Amino acid sequence: MNLLFDFTVDKATKTIHITREFAAGLDLVWDAFTKAEILDQWTAPKPLKIRTKEMDFREGGRWLYTMVSQENENPSRYSLVDFIEIHPKTDFLTRNCFADENGIQQGSGYSMVKNSFRPGPEKTTVQIEKKFDDLATLEMLVTLGYKEGTAAGLSNLDEYFSKLVAGK
Amino acid sequence: MRRDIFQAIADPTRRAILVLVALQAMTPNAIAEHFDITRQSISKHLRILSECDLLAQKQEGREIFYELKIDKMKEIDIWLDQFRKIVEERFQQLDQLLYTIKNKKK
Repeated sequence: MNLLFDFTVDKATKTIHITREFAAGLDLVWDAFTKAEILDQWTAPKPLKIRTKEMDFREGGRWLYTMVSQENENPSRYSLVDFIEIHPKTDFLTRNCFADENGIQQGSGYSMVKNSFRPGPEKTTVQIEKKFDDLATLEMLVTLGYKEGTAAGLSNLDEYFSKLVAGK
Repeated sequence: MRRDIFQAIADPTRRAILVLVALQAMTPNAIAEHFDITRQSISKHLRILSECDLLAQKQEGREIFYELKIDKMKEIDIWLDQFRKIVEERFQQLDQLLYTIKNKKK
């Protein structure tokens, strides 16, 4: 299935706009973006894994997680996502920053992210609007993400496929 | 002093200056003519852009010309391109996961 992926950057407003289609119904895609047990399985570049320390998906609640690898089981950097506004199965707004293990913000950079969900006949479209307080935050995020991402090597689709086959 | 490149382009006047000098090398006076602000603040913007390594100075006779250092500008686009790839790979992981979950339910 051909799935739309659109990624545009507006440097003037420090905003990244992402539109992506997923071949699944709204309920499942919503869960994939809001439930820790599913988020943990796809948001880290392999071989890193997400380890959720706290997840409380409600307005005023937060998700505190970290990325771990086999070599580094004791990470010092955590990511904190504060849930500001939630409209179930429609959209939710978060404030994202780096934090320590207790969820205390580290550094001054943050981004505001709005995730919107639109159901279709066979696909669900997700629109993500990520606005950075400062482009320097984006630089930091990209540099860190890139280091972690490339260390992981190429994409891990093969592994998923072999798991699928083995599970049958 | 070395400054952060993103700080440099966060300001609208500095972005406009970069657009101007991208077309041709210009003297500070010629740049200032395009803006309704003091010569002093233009100098400040030029200094910041130079410290960020976005502008190069070259001397021609008695005049100093500013020109764009293209490579540095490319860094930002490279960063953004890397971020795009990270996002793309994450979503491919989610595609597989959605596929797996849907199959389990059947």
